[in-house]
Amino acid sequence: MTGFAVEMSAALNVVLLLMLVAIGLAVAHTRNLLTAILLMSVYSLVSAAWLMVMDAADVAFTEAVVGAGASTIILLGAILLTRGATARVDWRAMVAPALLAVITGGLLIYASLGLPEFGDPSSPANAYVGRMYLERTGEEVGPHNVVTAVLASYRGFDTLGETVVIFAAGLGVALMLGFGPRATLAPAPEKMGDHHVVLRVAAKMLIPLITLYAFYVQFHGDLGAGGAFQAGVILAVAVILYGLVFGLRETIAAVPVKAARSVAALGVMLYAGIGVICMVNGGAFLDYDYLFSPQVEAMIPANLLGDPHEEHHWGQHFGILFVELGVLLTVSSTIVTIFYGFAGRSIDAEEAKR
Amino acid sequence: MTPFDALYAAPAALTAHAPVIVIAAPLVGACAAALSPGARSSWVISVLTTAFSLWMAIALAGEVAREGVIDYALGGFPSPMGIALKVDAIAVTMALLISAMGLMGAIYSGHALLSEVRAEKHTLFQAGYLLCVSGYLGLVLTGDAFNAFVFLEISSIGTYALVAAGERRDRRALPAAFNYLIMGTVGATLYVIGVGFLYGATGTLNMADMGVRLVTLGDNPAVQAGFAFIVAGLGAKAAMFPLHGWLPGAYAGAPTLVSVFLAATATKAAIYLLMRFTFDVFPLDADFGRLFLHGILAPLAAAAAIVCSVQAIFAREVRRMLAFSSIAQVGFILLGFSLATQAGVSAGVFYMVAHALMKAAAFMALGAFAISLKARLLSDFAGIGREAPWSTVAFAVAAASLAGVPLTMGFLGKWSLIEAALQARQAWMVVVFAIGSLLTLVYVGRIVETMFFRAPTPGAPRAKEAPVGVLAPLWVLAGLSVWFGVDATLPASLADAGAAALLGAAP
Amino acid sequence: MSEFLTHFNYIAVVIIMMTGLFIVFSSGNLIKRMIGLALFQSSAALFYISLAKVTGGTAPITLEAASEAGRALAAEQVPGYVAQHGIDGVVYSNPLPHVLILTAIVVGVATLAVGLAIAVRVREAYGTVEADEINAVSRIDAAGLQAEHAP
Repeated sequence: MTGFAVEMSAALNVVLLLMLVAIGLAVAHTRNLLTAILLMSVYSLVSAAWLMVMDAADVAFTEAVVGAGASTIILLGAILLTRGATARVDWRAMVAPALLAVITGGLLIYASLGLPEFGDPSSPANAYVGRMYLERTGEEVGPHNVVTAVLASYRGFDTLGETVVIFAAGLGVALMLGFGPRATLAPAPEKMGDHHVVLRVAAKMLIPLITLYAFYVQFHGDLGAGGAFQAGVILAVAVILYGLVFGLRETIAAVPVKAARSVAALGVMLYAGIGVICMVNGGAFLDYDYLFSPQVEAMIPANLLGDPHEEHHWGQHFGILFVELGVLLTVSSTIVTIFYGFAGRSIDAEEAKR
Repeated sequence: MTPFDALYAAPAALTAHAPVIVIAAPLVGACAAALSPGARSSWVISVLTTAFSLWMAIALAGEVAREGVIDYALGGFPSPMGIALKVDAIAVTMALLISAMGLMGAIYSGHALLSEVRAEKHTLFQAGYLLCVSGYLGLVLTGDAFNAFVFLEISSIGTYALVAAGERRDRRALPAAFNYLIMGTVGATLYVIGVGFLYGATGTLNMADMGVRLVTLGDNPAVQAGFAFIVAGLGAKAAMFPLHGWLPGAYAGAPTLVSVFLAATATKAAIYLLMRFTFDVFPLDADFGRLFLHGILAPLAAAAAIVCSVQAIFAREVRRMLAFSSIAQVGFILLGFSLATQAGVSAGVFYMVAHALMKAAAFMALGAFAISLKARLLSDFAGIGREAPWSTVAFAVAAASLAGVPLTMGFLGKWSLIEAALQARQAWMVVVFAIGSLLTLVYVGRIVETMFFRAPTPGAPRAKEAPVGVLAPLWVLAGLSVWFGVDATLPASLADAGAAALLGAAP
Repeated sequence: MSEFLTHFNYIAVVIIMMTGLFIVFSSGNLIKRMIGLALFQSSAALFYISLAKVTGGTAPITLEAASEAGRALAAEQVPGYVAQHGIDGVVYSNPLPHVLILTAIVVGVATLAVGLAIAVRVREAYGTVEADEINAVSRIDAAGLQAEHAP
């Protein structure tokens, strides 16, 4: 009953998953932390490919940006600061966890046979609420990308929470690494050799492009894969690239530490504020249909987005736009805060004093 | 029937949105605190937003007493498509407890934080604290299984760093915070995998909807695996024996404010969610459900009540004693729940409130001493009763409640637990309660005896009485432990209504 | 054997899950433990996404350009299959787990950042990130406490 493309995707599914299993086992096996980190980066890339096969374009994008990008940077920063290159191995300590893993794993595999078959369109997961979103998004919310509609509107409260989690992580890293004598947030100017010139020119060309791309990803989220989380990380990468090439001091002059921390809070406030406005206008928290009072909504020109005949949910449209802006602010500034935390930390207190 | 029936604490327009305002107030407060210019202003924000949250929780309690269950559809999308907050008698009891403790902690932090955390960190620290309060409030009010995971993480991620901030007093806070993070994240991930199994079997994330759809699926191995994962995940969060390893280090090492709030609410919120799944979502009639309650939960809880009480007796540092005691008391609470009778669950909820009040007061008193005295070991506290009488007497009141001395809330709680066990003909449980209480008496007695009747070591540093800003919330909590021990109408009616809501009986 | 094929994804997910859990509990190095934790968390993502896949489905984006690929896929199916499970002639995979996992991935990187920040502080305070050495120093701390306060 199936054609070539379907067979192909089934085969890719198996091959990519086997690769992921193999990489996972290699991570468990290696003692070298740098190897483990690079393997995890590869793992993220392979899983991004697998996610594309699974039709999860948005998740694939996020995994590539967050898993292969941001996580790897943070991990590398951490091994630099802990001076730990190899993990010690104690065989005796491995017996109990191995037994636990094998027994639990066996039971789980048995239990998973009770789940619906892979790819079954009429499984409860795929036929109930999931399908309702596909059927109703067009008339209730609007965006062509159903994932964006569910993320920002149907389950907008989850996404607010997720933004808060990011904010909390920024707080946590700032509390841990941002204070004290070792937090050299304004280090002495580094001597830059001429051999950096190529790097600097290339970076100066790349940074505007990266920024532009971030905004493309941000505003394209309605139509295709992408959205504020991916855009936020990409925007932060522009700052991090600047930091790597021109030095931390220059970066902090451009994006002050306090500013980054404050913008993260402002992003969450913007998101929650949209929710409160909806409440004031008589709707439930985050019910974007009430974002504008009727008078304001009447003032929006029908041809704002080109086609005047197409029906628009202006409240939903702008609600999603604003909350995604809040997410962008929080994610980008938090990633920068985390970067400052790790990059601005010096290993030795003596070194910090100098 | 509850004292809340005729309570209209807030204008109707606010009350209608109270479920979400309870959560959002500290959340927005956290952002404001992070933006605020200094320690003082962040403290004011912290007090105001937690007070607002408590006010809304009280208004909500009135509404729940009249309406029964309130469903709040976030985004205007009815469940199962949207996320719904579900507020019933048990959820509102938890929300009252958490927001009240949040306010007490916020007031207390005005002075107490100064001695433990660098001044320039205060704004971020208050922000983290408010996020933690907001996270636990969201956890108890949400009706969506995945949304609960998000709140579980909100309440935890900032808290790991807050616990680690205790390294200024004792560097062991750092590895303790790391272990807390590992266990907390493993727990949360186990929970989310469990929810995935249930989602795969039912297609919905709304807990009530899940419960309806699971009625016929009780013997599907995938559902059972999902439930097992949820129990293990929330068990780790609730410090259920034997997944409690992270707790003593974290509570003992954290700055006092964090210990106070975590001891009063963290494990309780996880227990609440676990019970919500056990009674509301999972088909309890299935053999599997009964096996879980009587075959797994009850024995583990009993083991915790005995083993960890013994560990508390042998602990050398007072904070560790209280931390081990917390795990043992979690055992008491879970034993009550495992009976699955109206009396048992009601006693469990009542004891939960009692334990929150007494343990928060006890940690607050330790923080009050810590302002002037670096004391960790039991012997350091010798004779402190004469130097800081107000703090010490408050500690003694909390300790009396912990030990179950008559005229305290702890006594009533233990009494109703024993009554419920007798009613359910679980004689062995009565024995456990008796042994656990005796062991509690031993370590509590040792602490109180040292504080009042031991002569201080000559030449040892002396303690001074804490300022009023610290004594006031401390005495409110200690006073409540006695007040509710004499007149338990309020907590008992909340516990009864909560138990009825949890067990699905008409109130 | 047929069950092995239809549930292959879940089996692979469980293996990765257990590998992650094994690293977390067998390793003494704090950084390695965080890596194991990341692997463990990612297995949850693989699990949810596997639940969401629909055979012959396409990404849940209802734009005309994106739907063309979906239509091409649908053309390969039996007409009845598309009529029953498709929407406007295209079969889509389930968007809900995608949304949930976006959240989970973000939570994962947040945890990683905080965990590693704490590990860095542990290194500063103890001079090591190996659990056995940290425990040894902690025991000395506790004993020193004892000696320091001995009457």
